[in-house]
Amino acid sequence: MMVVTVGSAIVALEAKEIIYGAIGLAGSLFGVATLFFLLDAPYVAVFQIAVYIGAVAVLILFTVMLVREEKWSKELPASSGTTLAGMMTGLAVVLTLAIAVVDTNLSQFNTVVNGATFVDIGELISTGDAPVLLVLALVLAASVVGALTLSRADKEEQSQ
Amino acid sequence: MNSLSDFVLVSAMLFGIGIYGLVTKRNALRLLFAVEIMINAANLNFVAFGQYLPFENGAQLAPNALGQTFVLFSIALAAAEAAVILAIVVVAYRLHRDVDVSELKSMEG
Repeated sequence: MMVVTVGSAIVALEAKEIIYGAIGLAGSLFGVATLFFLLDAPYVAVFQIAVYIGAVAVLILFTVMLVREEKWSKELPASSGTTLAGMMTGLAVVLTLAIAVVDTNLSQFNTVVNGATFVDIGELISTGDAPVLLVLALVLAASVVGALTLSRADKEEQSQ
Repeated sequence: MNSLSDFVLVSAMLFGIGIYGLVTKRNALRLLFAVEIMINAANLNFVAFGQYLPFENGAQLAPNALGQTFVLFSIALAAAEAAVILAIVVVAYRLHRDVDVSELKSMEG
């Protein structure tokens, strides 16, 4: 699963056609969802599949397919210096985190001890985290209104 | 693949790939992909640490759903962010006929 997740993430960024990149992203999100299943967190895994793959990945795919323009997929190749800088930065982050993981001996934790079920999640969301849920609802509504306003303003500009 | 370090390592790799994408890519959609990958890496860390290291409640280890709940909120926020970014990219493309972020200069000071 680890290989699928990381490999799809690389495909998402390096595929020539952006549509294959979007499919790679969906694969990577699916890989993370299976990791959630392995972590004994099925509710989060199903939520991830429903929201990320069902909404975000499909939204990106539809946008790319509906606005089928060559410029969307064409991308000037980055200069070798930029690519090298990107690789070095990414590798530095991965190596630093890997050294930290090995150093702190995280491998001693090898059994899932937290038995929180979706009942616990529901209880927490509806009691302690209820204000967060309300704010999140407002943020989602604002984002939908913002996206609609953007496309509407564009239509007005075109008609002028 | 059953210890906490495995999940944290996968998360670190995903984060590194996301950073590589953010540094090298100029296509706005690829940048969105990179950000989504990094958000996923963070989510994976939250759930992994939450599942392997529950908070101590007195002498007993009590099950808690804090990590999972936080990830649920994070996923919802990421969905909203993706929708807004896609709308911005579509509008920018209609205005500038390009999705290359280095060409979008109308917001430069």
